[in-house]
Amino acid sequence: MSLSWYEASARQRVAALLDAGSFEEFVGPEQRAMSPHLPLFDLPRAFDDGIVVGRGRLDGRAVYLAAQEGRFMGGAFGEVHGAKLVGLLRAALTETPDAVLILFDTGGVRLQEANAGETAIAETMRAIADLRRAGIPVVGLVGGRAGCFGGGGLIAGTCSRLAVSEGGRISVSGPEVIETNKGAEEFDSKDRALVWRTMGGKHRRLTGGADVFCDDTVAAFRAAALDLVGRAPAFDLATLEAEQARLEARIARFGDCRDATAIWARLGVNDPAGVPALSAADFDGLVAGLEGTTHDAR
Amino acid sequence: MESFTFRHTTQKPLAGTKAQAITGVVASGNLEVLLERVLPADQCTIEIATPVVGYGDVWEAVAADFVARTQPGGLRIAINDGGARPDTVSLRLAQGARLMEGGR
Repeated sequence: MSLSWYEASARQRVAALLDAGSFEEFVGPEQRAMSPHLPLFDLPRAFDDGIVVGRGRLDGRAVYLAAQEGRFMGGAFGEVHGAKLVGLLRAALTETPDAVLILFDTGGVRLQEANAGETAIAETMRAIADLRRAGIPVVGLVGGRAGCFGGGGLIAGTCSRLAVSEGGRISVSGPEVIETNKGAEEFDSKDRALVWRTMGGKHRRLTGGADVFCDDTVAAFRAAALDLVGRAPAFDLATLEAEQARLEARIARFGDCRDATAIWARLGVNDPAGVPALSAADFDGLVAGLEGTTHDAR
Repeated sequence: MESFTFRHTTQKPLAGTKAQAITGVVASGNLEVLLERVLPADQCTIEIATPVVGYGDVWEAVAADFVARTQPGGLRIAINDGGARPDTVSLRLAQGARLMEGGR
């Protein structure tokens, strides 16, 4: 259970996250549901198209879950990959498990099958909204090497709750995309400290984008998932209006900040430069003393 | 892309009763190996799909060496390669066989 989430494969994460031996895979690798598009580009395929979907038990609770493999094509959404996730979410709406978990590890849409990937992103967000409306919490876990970018970042924004680790990053446009479009003066993608303090787990937690910051272990993510499944907000007009108000207040309060450290200072953090070096426990202590970082919106 | 299928006759079946296992990831320099216990006990097939063309002889040698050492009778083995070196391929095959024997 001290297994590193960041280093583990999607299958290792699933096996270690759930109650031992409880996982049952849908559309497993033996069915060879592989991308019909990648061979056209002379690219290798994966037997599971980079996503593991199925059901199991989390401390006895029935859960449906999907885990992306960030090392295959950057965990990107292709046609089959997306269809497996959408199918899982729609099945969950019928089967009504206690919760749905999405183990994000994705750079976004696979460029070789972009139309199918973009469609899958939209269908996934719709399916999550349907699940949340039915009272089934959808919890996202972000801590893989590909982070959670592009359409994955959009999907994360629709989840009931999110847990993120230091290695996890959440954003829509990734560092290289921003640099390509706006120049290195706007965002230097090679400046790893800049990338992590702008898109990394601590910043997302401090600005209310994520609900738990956890250590990079499967045990920590399991504890976070259990915690978040138990306190998912209702998905009703009051929640959506609260989220809108929270985001409006956030842009009004921090909109002129030029760097994440300026936001942290305005939040009341005494030593913003020291935040990246804090352990998860010390960081939790810091967050507990700040107003507005924990909320019931989303 | 290039693909190969190698068929071997083995002297004995692979130990264990596990029906299926998968190991590795299709990433640069890596590969995934899917093993299924679906063949007669003295047969083994190894199917390979690789984006790196021109190394058929090396694949054939690595597969033959694995079969000789492990005697994986009964297994249909399928590989999606991401450009792995022969030593990595050998290790993944051995790892897959261990999983099928019930090891970890």
